[in-house]
Amino acid sequence: MKPGHGEVLIAEGDIERAEDEQRLVEEFRRQLDAGLWAAVPLADPEGRRESIMVRSFDEIPWDADRVIFFPRAAGGR
Amino acid sequence: MVLALAATALVALALLSDLIIPRVEELWSRFRAGRQRTPTWSYDPGRERRAEQRARTLLRSCVNDEEWGMYRDLGFLRVWGTLADGPDDVGGTGGAPYAYLIYPHRPIVAYLAQTHRLLNEYCVTFPDETRPYGSSRLPDSDDVLAKWMALTGDERRLISTANMHLPGRQLDPAQVRRDLWRLSQWERARMRQLADNGQTPPPAGDRKSAA
Repeated sequence: MKPGHGEVLIAEGDIERAEDEQRLVEEFRRQLDAGLWAAVPLADPEGRRESIMVRSFDEIPWDADRVIFFPRAAGGR
Repeated sequence: MVLALAATALVALALLSDLIIPRVEELWSRFRAGRQRTPTWSYDPGRERRAEQRARTLLRSCVNDEEWGMYRDLGFLRVWGTLADGPDDVGGTGGAPYAYLIYPHRPIVAYLAQTHRLLNEYCVTFPDETRPYGSSRLPDSDDVLAKWMALTGDERRLISTANMHLPGRQLDPAQVRRDLWRLSQWERARMRQLADNGQTPPPAGDRKSAA
């Protein structure tokens, strides 16, 4: 998510291909180093939706189809 | 013949001099100052609208049908609280179910689900520190989605990050109660519609009680 732009595709690839995985890991780290939060939206078979916040690439569920990065929350007025 | 062409060119040059001379002077002054032309950002009035459209599509892909319908029809989302003693360490809810209302670019409001008693306002923003220019605000639907992800993903972290205020600091409590009434009406209508279509209501985890 970017202000003024909405959704922006940062990187995509197949996690089972080594070169893709390396690229995705590097991009993931770059986004977190830039101060963004990462979340993975999930759906269960009953239709419930939730998300999990991930702090490392290893925490991403293996079957996740996307990770959403968004600016870190701060206290507002 | 040559004389006639030269005279015509002279007249044309004299007529165009008002246009040409200022440009030549500007180019000359730039050349002397050693400056280059600075790029200008042209304002695109459709950019924010397109961003919001993309944000709505993303939000719709993340939440379930009920939540999407709620946001589309009412302009806010409800997220159930999961902390055992409520969002506030001081007050506590005594185990009573509670929920949050998420408005775009407004505080998150916590309330008791059964009595509709308002608990707190949580002011939170998602500022983009990396922006090179333009607005630092996310599109409305992205702001709602960010709050939804942060609440469902790590409720305690978001609530501890937010600035907590008593109800009524920014949002009119009467308006929030009216929104809760609208939500209950909306849910009843949706249940009736589902029943008429022979569909089953959403899973129990999404419906702790009527709003």
